[in-house]
Amino acid sequence: MELLVASAIGVMTAAGMYLVLRLRTFPVILGMSLLTYAVNVFLFASGRLTIGAPPILRDGVTTYTDPLPQALVLTAIVISFGMTAVVVMIGLGAYLGSDDDHVDDAPVPRTSEPEDPA
Amino acid sequence: MTHWIIAPIVLPAMLAPFIVLAARYHVGIQRVFSVAGVLALIGISAGLAWQVSDGSVIYYRLGDWAAPFGIVVVGDRLSTLMILLTSVLALFVLLHAIGADWDRRGRHFHALFQFQLMGILGAFLTGDLFNLFVFFEVLLIASYGLMIHAGGNARLRAGVQYVLFNLIGSTLFLFALGSIYAETGTLNMADLAQRVALIGPEETVGIRVAAVLLLLVFAIKAALVPLHFWLPSSYAEAPAPVAALFAIMTKVGAYAIIRVYTLIFPPDLDVTAGLFDLWLLPAALVSLAIGMIGVLAAQRLDRLVAYSIIGSMGMVLVSIALFTPEGIAAALYYIVHSTLAGAVLFLVVDLVRTGRGSVELTTQPPMAGTALTAGLFFLAAIAMAGLPPLSGFLGKLLVLDAAYGTDLMTWIWAIVLGSSLVSILGFARAGSVLFWKAHSVAPTEEEESTKDGDDGGDEDEPDAGAPSRLAYAATGGLLALLVAHTVFAGQVHGYTIDMAAQLFAPDSYISTVLDTPGKLSAPKEGN
Repeated sequence: MELLVASAIGVMTAAGMYLVLRLRTFPVILGMSLLTYAVNVFLFASGRLTIGAPPILRDGVTTYTDPLPQALVLTAIVISFGMTAVVVMIGLGAYLGSDDDHVDDAPVPRTSEPEDPA
Repeated sequence: MTHWIIAPIVLPAMLAPFIVLAARYHVGIQRVFSVAGVLALIGISAGLAWQVSDGSVIYYRLGDWAAPFGIVVVGDRLSTLMILLTSVLALFVLLHAIGADWDRRGRHFHALFQFQLMGILGAFLTGDLFNLFVFFEVLLIASYGLMIHAGGNARLRAGVQYVLFNLIGSTLFLFALGSIYAETGTLNMADLAQRVALIGPEETVGIRVAAVLLLLVFAIKAALVPLHFWLPSSYAEAPAPVAALFAIMTKVGAYAIIRVYTLIFPPDLDVTAGLFDLWLLPAALVSLAIGMIGVLAAQRLDRLVAYSIIGSMGMVLVSIALFTPEGIAAALYYIVHSTLAGAVLFLVVDLVRTGRGSVELTTQPPMAGTALTAGLFFLAAIAMAGLPPLSGFLGKLLVLDAAYGTDLMTWIWAIVLGSSLVSILGFARAGSVLFWKAHSVAPTEEEESTKDGDDGGDEDEPDAGAPSRLAYAATGGLLALLVAHTVFAGQVHGYTIDMAAQLFAPDSYISTVLDTPGKLSAPKEGN
């Protein structure tokens, strides 16, 4: 069980890092999602792996799982979900505006453009 | 338990949705509420700062849950000074944005601005590491919106980089928090301080990883080389008032380093052995050098200012990395200075852009309102480069004094002094190209420009012409604060020494947060 979870986190992190280094918006965003999945599982595991135990006090139960990491994961999921949506929108805007989805700086030095009110 | 300390978080959090919901189509009403909110914030922050100036620690338990279980908001000398600095900066930035009409160029400027303030103030006040992460996200998500405010392709592209870099930072932060929780079973800073001290020397692997990861996260926020790559284009492309507000965001990283590494991982712990003198200090010196070389090499004024921010953060982190009370006191003095100086410079960039239509460092005919803009640039550049008489000089002197007699003293003195020279050259070059050489080129036929350009049509820019008086007043106001920071340097530095003393004796912080009635259990031995 520990091996499975640990290797899942490791593989997802590695794949996420690889994709993040691809320098194009779509793979980078995919890589970011993989990284956030990895970190969510990691946060879960930080409260120790317990199987089939309730997180909330209940009559006749002696083993519990730590409820705090679950709350943390919930927060992290909400935040990363929102952030992914934001980055997709900004990335889409940048791509449609400049017809180029590289995330690094443009190769030719641009001349500064006037502020156009959008 | 005072309730006022939660107000700097709740007030902008309520004001922002109100502005979105009730005043969406009325920029005038938005302005009134936004400025009123920031004025109230200044009042509250000043009150809080006055309240804790005797060295006491005030706190607020959210939902009245006892400390290690619930979230606490804590105010001591450091955090209240930072919120006061933030709200004062926000006022002038807001006035400049209104004066330069930035809030009309896109929607929801004021709401995003308030959310940004909520995130920054929350990050300064919180006493819980996970809550710090949440406030980082609040300030980041608002900053994404502000950063691409008013649109434009260059801005969107820079925005993508900025967002992605910070997302990776947030992911790292979560990894660090997960490891800390796995090792100690708590995320409350005061509780962590006690538990980390109990970890035996042979069990420090996990917590050491967490300490290094956290330092990385804060270093990304503080734009420490080699984690600074997000800063130049995003600060240069962001709307100028937003960039000026962002001047405080790098300081959030510096604040977090000071807070976490004095309270939770104090330098005498073996967990953090070598973290500062071996890693942080050299990296900070490199940032200082790279930042100032960037100032010299920049082709555009906005990039130049962005690199000067990196350099000044390097300066702050050099002083922090000494990790002596004198070093921290000097760093805090310099933080206030560099926030104000960086913000003034970004506002001056906006004045130049408005008057001139471009911020390329190439010779162009004189801009509208050249004299006043040049004067402001001159003073701000003196402050940022660290020439006497302004506070940059005093700040550098304090840092040099704190570094006197340490192992790396030769390196620190050489790089601080050398980089100052380089930055003076860089600023002098930019200033002479922008303001002096402008008189040596003849205006082209269609640009019948006059020296003060009150015809308002001397550039292709639709809104070229002298910037508004309010924009000048806001910039000048910030500069006046900088002068006040110089004039009252003795008092301010005395206060930062008190602050550093409080940081290096965290017992009152810990006991105030933890030993409150209603506390449910004592921390367990280790884990």
